[in-house]
Amino acid sequence: MATNWFDRNLKWIYTLPAVLFVLLMMVFPIVYTVRISFFEWSMSATTPPKWVGLANYIALLKDARFWHAVNATFYFTVLALVLETVLGVAIAMLLYREFRGKNIVKTLFLLPMVATPVAMGLVWLLIYEPSIGVANMMLKSLGFKPLLWLASQSQVIPSLVIVDVWEWTPMIALIVMAGLSTLPSDPYEAADVDGATLWQKFTHITLPLLRPTIIVAVMLRLIDVLKTFDIIYSTTQGGPNLASETLNLYGYVLGFQYFKLGMASALLVLFFILVMGLTLALIFVRKRLEASM
Amino acid sequence: MNASMKRMAGIGLTAVMATGLLAGCATSKTPEAGQQGQGQAAAKPFEGKKLTLVTANHPWGEAIKPLLPQFEEKTGMKVEVQSFFEDQLTQKLTVQFTTGAATPDVFMYRPLQEGQLFFKNGWVEPLDDYTKKDASYDFADFSKSAVGSTTVGGKLAGIPIITEQEILYYRKDLLQQAGIAVPKTMDELVAAVKKLHDPGKEMYGFVARGQRSPLVTQVSSFLYSEGADFIQNDKATVNTPEAIKAFSTYADLLKNYGPPGVLNMSWPQAIGIFAQGKVAFYTDANSIYQNATDPAKSTIADKVGFAVFPGGKAGSKPYNITSWGLAMNAKSANKDAAWEFIKWATSKDIVLATQQKGNPGARLSVWDKPEGVTGFPADLVPVIKESQKGGVDHDRPTVISVGEARDAVGAIVLKAMNGEDIKAAADTANKELQAIIDKDKGK
Repeated sequence: MATNWFDRNLKWIYTLPAVLFVLLMMVFPIVYTVRISFFEWSMSATTPPKWVGLANYIALLKDARFWHAVNATFYFTVLALVLETVLGVAIAMLLYREFRGKNIVKTLFLLPMVATPVAMGLVWLLIYEPSIGVANMMLKSLGFKPLLWLASQSQVIPSLVIVDVWEWTPMIALIVMAGLSTLPSDPYEAADVDGATLWQKFTHITLPLLRPTIIVAVMLRLIDVLKTFDIIYSTTQGGPNLASETLNLYGYVLGFQYFKLGMASALLVLFFILVMGLTLALIFVRKRLEASM
Repeated sequence: MNASMKRMAGIGLTAVMATGLLAGCATSKTPEAGQQGQGQAAAKPFEGKKLTLVTANHPWGEAIKPLLPQFEEKTGMKVEVQSFFEDQLTQKLTVQFTTGAATPDVFMYRPLQEGQLFFKNGWVEPLDDYTKKDASYDFADFSKSAVGSTTVGGKLAGIPIITEQEILYYRKDLLQQAGIAVPKTMDELVAAVKKLHDPGKEMYGFVARGQRSPLVTQVSSFLYSEGADFIQNDKATVNTPEAIKAFSTYADLLKNYGPPGVLNMSWPQAIGIFAQGKVAFYTDANSIYQNATDPAKSTIADKVGFAVFPGGKAGSKPYNITSWGLAMNAKSANKDAAWEFIKWATSKDIVLATQQKGNPGARLSVWDKPEGVTGFPADLVPVIKESQKGGVDHDRPTVISVGEARDAVGAIVLKAMNGEDIKAAADTANKELQAIIDKDKGK
C-alpha cells in the first residue's frame, strides 16, 4: 500500500525539493516585497509598518530622482547592449576560424567574465583616476586631451559602459560562436558558386541564420545589464551628483541608506514589472522572427 | 528577476532564522543572571558566561583582540568576536535589531551616523547609570565633546572609543619654498592655496572630499568656523548667510584649485592624490594621517605638516567627535557582563594600550601622558590636543535619517561647483532638511 502511494505520487515527490526551493527563495521574497511596498516602514522596532496603500508608488512617480534613475538605467543599458552585441558578433566571427593558439585566445577572452565585479570596479577606479590613472596616461601619450572619466557627470555612464563591455562582450561572443558552429555549410557553397564576397556572405547568410542566437544572447545580457549594481556601486556609488544612479542603485539607497523600506520595495516592484515587460517583448519578437523564417 | 530584491529578502529571512536561534540560546541563560549580585566578591564573577562582541574592520578591533585573553582571564567570561566591513556592519546590526535579537551583547557603532536611529528605536541601552557605579572608572576623564557625540536626547547611548578632529594637512617644503607661513585663518588659507596652485605643473592648491554625501562631514568645520550649523533648535539652518559663505568657500576651493576629478573623491582618493605629491593643502580627519606619512603609501611622507583647522569669522571651530563608540544591546541577556566588558575596554589602561597603536581615544588623562601619544607623529600631537579644546561634537546633521540629510546638504556644494545659484540650492536643501527633522519629531 505504502509503495503504491509512493509510486502513484512519484512525480510530486521528486519535484518537491525544487518546488519548495522556488517557493521559499523566489516566490516568497517577491510576494513579501510587493506586500511591503504598500507600507511605510523604516526598519524601526518602535514604529510598526503602517499601511499607506499606493502612496509609495505615487511618491516615486512624482520623484524627479526616480525618473533620473530610469533615464540613467536606459542610457546605460542601451549603450552597453549595442556595443556588446556588435563587438561580440565581430569577435565571434574572428575567433570562429581555425588558427594556432585559438584555445589560449578563447580562454583569455573569458577572463574578465570570471573576475569578481567589485574587485574589478576598484581596479577600473584606479585606471580612470584623472591625474595618475593609466587611461589618461594612454590618452596623453597618443596626443589626446585627458578626460575626467568617472568624475564627470557627462562622461561617467560611457566610462561605466566601457567596463561593462570589457567584462561581458566575451559572453555574447561565446554564445554567437556556439551558434556559428551549428550553421549549415550548403548556403555558403552556393554563395561561393555565385561569386559572393565575404561581406555579402556575412550580411545575407550568416547574420540572418544567426538571428535567433543573437536574440537569445541579447535577451540574457539585457536582463543582466538592467540590474547592473556592483560595477557602479564600487566605482561611483551613483555619483558624481547622482549622474550614474540607476534604478538598482536608487533602490539600494532608499532601502539601506534612507531606511525607507516601503518605497524601496515599490521601486523594485516597478523595476520588476519593467524587466518582465521587456523580456516578454523580446520573446515575442523572437517568436515572430522564427515564424517568418 | 531582480537579484537585489531576492538578496534583500534572503538576507532578511536568514537573519530572522539565525537570530531566532541565537536569541533562544541567550534567553536560556537568564536564570544565571541572579547569581551575579553575590558573585561580585568572588575572584571570577562572570565565570562561564559568554559575551558576543561585534566590531568593525577597524584598527581598534585589531588592537583589542590580542588583549581579550587578559579580560577573559580576569573575569572568567568568554568573549566571542565577529568583525564586519563598515557598511555591512550597519546593515547587519539594523537587520538583527529589527528582529529583536539579544545578540550581540556589545557592538561598535558610529554614533553620528547611526546613534539617533539605534537609540530612538530602543536598540541600545542607556549607560548613564552604569558609568556612575564605579568611581575608579572616572567617566569625567572622557572629553566632553566626545561624550556629546554619543549622547542622544540627554542620554548616554555609548562610550566613545575613537575620536576625530578635522585638521589641515599641508606640504612643509612647498610653503617653505614660497615663503608662506602656515595659514591660521580661512583668508590666509585661500591666499596660500591661490599662490601654490599651478595646474600646468600638475600641482594643485587644495583637495578635499567632493562626493555628495562624504563631503558633508568635512564641510562641517567650515560651517562652524563661520558661525553656522546644520540645525539650530530643530530648525534647518543651511541657508543662513554664514552657512552659504562656508559652502561657497569650500566649493570655490575645490572647483578652482582642486585636482581634476574631485567630484568623485571621498577620503581615500583625496588623500591618495595628496600623498602623490600633487596637492599643497588638504583638510580631512586627523585619523587618516598614516596614509600621508607612511612611506609605503606616500611619496611625500617626510614633507607632511599638520595644522589646526583655519579660523573663520567665529574662530577655528573644527568638529571634535567620536567616530566610533561601544554600545550595549538593550535586549542583551547579560547586561552586567556586557557593562563589565565595556568598562574594561574603555578603562584607562586599555585606552592607553589601544591608543599606543594609533587609535585616538577620548580619555584626556591618556593624552596627557607622554606614553599615551607614542602612536602619533610628534608634530601631530599638539594639533590634536589644540583641536580637542574647542570643537563641535557633531560633523553632520544629527537626525535619524542621516544618509538622506547628508545627500540633501551635500547637493549645495555640488550645485555650487556646477555654477548653479548657491542661494537657491541652499534654500532647496534647507527645505529638504527641515522635512527630515519634522519627520523625526513626529516619531
